[in-house]
Amino acid sequence: MSNHLYNKTGILSRFLLRQDRIRIPVWLLSLFVFTFLIAESFTSLYPAEQDRQALAETMLNPAMTAMVGPGYGLENYTFGAMMAHQMLLFTAVTVGIMNILLLARHTRAAEEDGRIEMVRSLPVGRLSNLLAAIAVLFGTNVLLALGIGFGLYVLGIDSMSLNGSLLYGAALGAIGFFFTGVTALFAQLSESSRGAIGLSFTVLGVSYLIRAIGDVSNETLSWFSPLGWILGAEVYVNNYWQPVFITAAASIVLVAFALYLHSIRDTGLGFLPSKPGRTFASPFLQSPFGLAFRLLRTAIISWAVGMVLIGVSYGSVFGDLESFFNEIDVMEDLIGPVTGVSLTEQFAAKLMSVISMISTIPALMVILKLKSEEKKARTEHVLARAVSRTRLLASYLFIALFVGFVMISMAAGSLGLTAVTVMDDGLSFGTFYSAAIVYLPAIWVMTGIAVLLVGFAPNASGLTWLYLGYSFIVVYLGGLFQFKDWVGNLSPFAHIPQLPVEEMDLMKVSILTIITIVLLAAGFIGYNRRDIHG
Amino acid sequence: MTVLSTRHLTKTFGKFTALDEVNIEVNKGEVYGFIGPNGAGKSTTIRILLGVLKATAGEAKIFGMDAWKNAVEIHKRIAYVPGDVNLWPNLTGGEVIDLFVKLRGSHHKSRREELIEKFDFDPTKKCRTYSKGNRQKVALIAAFSSDADLYILDEPTSGLDPLMERVFQESVVDLKREGKSVLLSSHILSEVEKLCDRVGIIRQGQMIETGTLKELRHLTRTNLLVETKQPIVSLRDLNGVHDVKETEKQYSFQVDSEELDGVIKHISQYGIVKLESAPPALEDLFMRHYESGDGGAS
Ligand SMILES: Nc1ncnc2c1ncn2[C@@H]1O[C@H](COP(=O)(O)OP(=O)(O)OP(=O)(O)O)[C@@H](O)[C@H]1O
Ligand SMILES: [Mg+2]
Repeated sequence: MSNHLYNKTGILSRFLLRQDRIRIPVWLLSLFVFTFLIAESFTSLYPAEQDRQALAETMLNPAMTAMVGPGYGLENYTFGAMMAHQMLLFTAVTVGIMNILLLARHTRAAEEDGRIEMVRSLPVGRLSNLLAAIAVLFGTNVLLALGIGFGLYVLGIDSMSLNGSLLYGAALGAIGFFFTGVTALFAQLSESSRGAIGLSFTVLGVSYLIRAIGDVSNETLSWFSPLGWILGAEVYVNNYWQPVFITAAASIVLVAFALYLHSIRDTGLGFLPSKPGRTFASPFLQSPFGLAFRLLRTAIISWAVGMVLIGVSYGSVFGDLESFFNEIDVMEDLIGPVTGVSLTEQFAAKLMSVISMISTIPALMVILKLKSEEKKARTEHVLARAVSRTRLLASYLFIALFVGFVMISMAAGSLGLTAVTVMDDGLSFGTFYSAAIVYLPAIWVMTGIAVLLVGFAPNASGLTWLYLGYSFIVVYLGGLFQFKDWVGNLSPFAHIPQLPVEEMDLMKVSILTIITIVLLAAGFIGYNRRDIHG
Repeated sequence: MTVLSTRHLTKTFGKFTALDEVNIEVNKGEVYGFIGPNGAGKSTTIRILLGVLKATAGEAKIFGMDAWKNAVEIHKRIAYVPGDVNLWPNLTGGEVIDLFVKLRGSHHKSRREELIEKFDFDPTKKCRTYSKGNRQKVALIAAFSSDADLYILDEPTSGLDPLMERVFQESVVDLKREGKSVLLSSHILSEVEKLCDRVGIIRQGQMIETGTLKELRHLTRTNLLVETKQPIVSLRDLNGVHDVKETEKQYSFQVDSEELDGVIKHISQYGIVKLESAPPALEDLFMRHYESGDGGAS
């Protein structure tokens, strides 16, 4: 049946698996190890029921709800309830990222590079490649669901039943497949892989934010977010399977729609036709800096909009937070470890560390763009003309520094403005803004590392993402897991004074700046010395 | 005057030697043909000359300056066309041409319009929609509309149709008339034959032949087809005769150009009925060079 659509899907799937023979196992293993280690560490960190109950108390506020999702079973905070409350959302977002990146690679990116055309010239069906990619990811998500499900059960932790553990895994698998569907769809609509990835990440981010606002203020709203669905499974507490089925069903609808669109469109094109453009380059475009900026323009604008959304979403939480803390004054004594500092301030400080790390992403993307340009043999066009390597790298560096500053300002600014508006008498706008902007040196260090890698080891430049991910885990989850100090200190973000809770520390900030200068200088030297590959 | 020179230029990628002591010299006002089989090292040489790759050993100089250290200075006076033209999918051809010309420095708008017309090119389309030939036109128009002293062209016509190929050849002839120098790497031998003053052949990273076309022709063989009244005696033993094939009274064979006189004298003794000769084809020479040795490069 329909040979012209599905022919040789099996062979193609195996071929894709072979291309991903390292990538997929690394993702899966990291997720397994991460999940199991965390489940284990809960038992050693919070062995007694009182410990867990004390932790539950600190979780019982709108700020935490916005960050990690609503807590279920807080009155009886078992290990299972803890796991689902603290880790499910965070892991689900990671699984979403995995699916977006893996699927885009084999669909739009392969099409953009002309590889699909080669495949399509062979006797394979029109849908075969897309179907094969989806099948590979479906298998990956099933493996993930079963691995996590049985793995958690086998750990034999009290309160982690087989049913609950399987549900935990299934929720992750379902959300993963949902984002495979989302990406498959955008791979049809957008003409570039960057566009497809960007739009898919937007869906992920918006899902997170809708859920955050919904969980804090209006539960119905959360049901408009796929992340809200899987949290609604109340894993290890009530173990509802329906939300997971809903997610899976929605994924199948998305996949079907993507396949349909794929079957009716031309290879290499999207659904929006190309319009004729300019005959002449604008004066702005005619320099390496102008070119780099032009190439990154859409991404920068999209990120800026996203940062404002994040800022407004989190800012709006502060109103609820304030009234919540006013109602229970006692809590301040209970968990306010720093005297003279309000919980609102503590939350603001914590939030800014997360926002600064998110702002680092677009800055790193700018630097790594230079490497992807090189890989596509386009850097050669620029360097073959009267442009020095220093000038080229400096153009990208300048944009990265600018982007880092703009992004954190956008997020902190909109957060500050919203928070000031919704709070009766709270922190000033300046407090919010300075709490964020103090993170700039950490963003610079990350940018410096990216420049260093692009200069010396372009193929390893992806490690920058790993380092940022590490920073995120140790800073975001550091408190919960009580990591040793040095674990946190390996991240530049841990050395930034947390305003307004801590005092400004010019010494630390200057040292980070000096480290940045050293990294940058080394990166420039490396870039001036090495081969540019095409 | 030497415009471009490499001396003992060597490049290794890990253990693999891509270039082994390559010597090239291009003089002012000269079109130099750089030919060789796939993977021989042409593009690698050119990318070292552009300062994009760093030579492992030896020197590469353009205008007397080091290709690596003085890249920017050199690039103000050269124009480059790569064989694989990868462009930015969401910029238009016109924008890219302007950008390229601007990045070099000088700019002649009149020349740009004239070339766009000559190459029959639509500059308003996004690069992602261009065909291979059209992408190549972007690079060619940008190169020819810049006022450079040296043009480095790496298989610039591999995607052009015959009409455009002719426009390209005219443009190169124009450059030659203006006294510019050109380094042209190409697989189209007729193009090399028509345009180049001197030719260098590279195989497996080594230069195996250099010289003017005339000098190289000396090395070629003329194809002869002869019919005689009596059978020719000991044709095979004659100096400079190769590949003899006999059919009834006809003989077809090749003769080294310098031995032609003696061979004709010998066979005329047997009463020539018919004599056909095919001119010495450069192609045959190239083929022999490409094929000899132990197989092609990777
Ligand atoms: N970055 C690299 N790493 C390893 N080997 C390389 C690299 N770049 C080129 N090579 C090798 O160097 C050799 C010369 O390649 P080059 O591109 O110069 O060939 P070419 O003469 O331009 O061939 P073609 O006619 O096909 O364009 C090839 O064997 C190629 O595989
Ligand atoms: Mg080549």
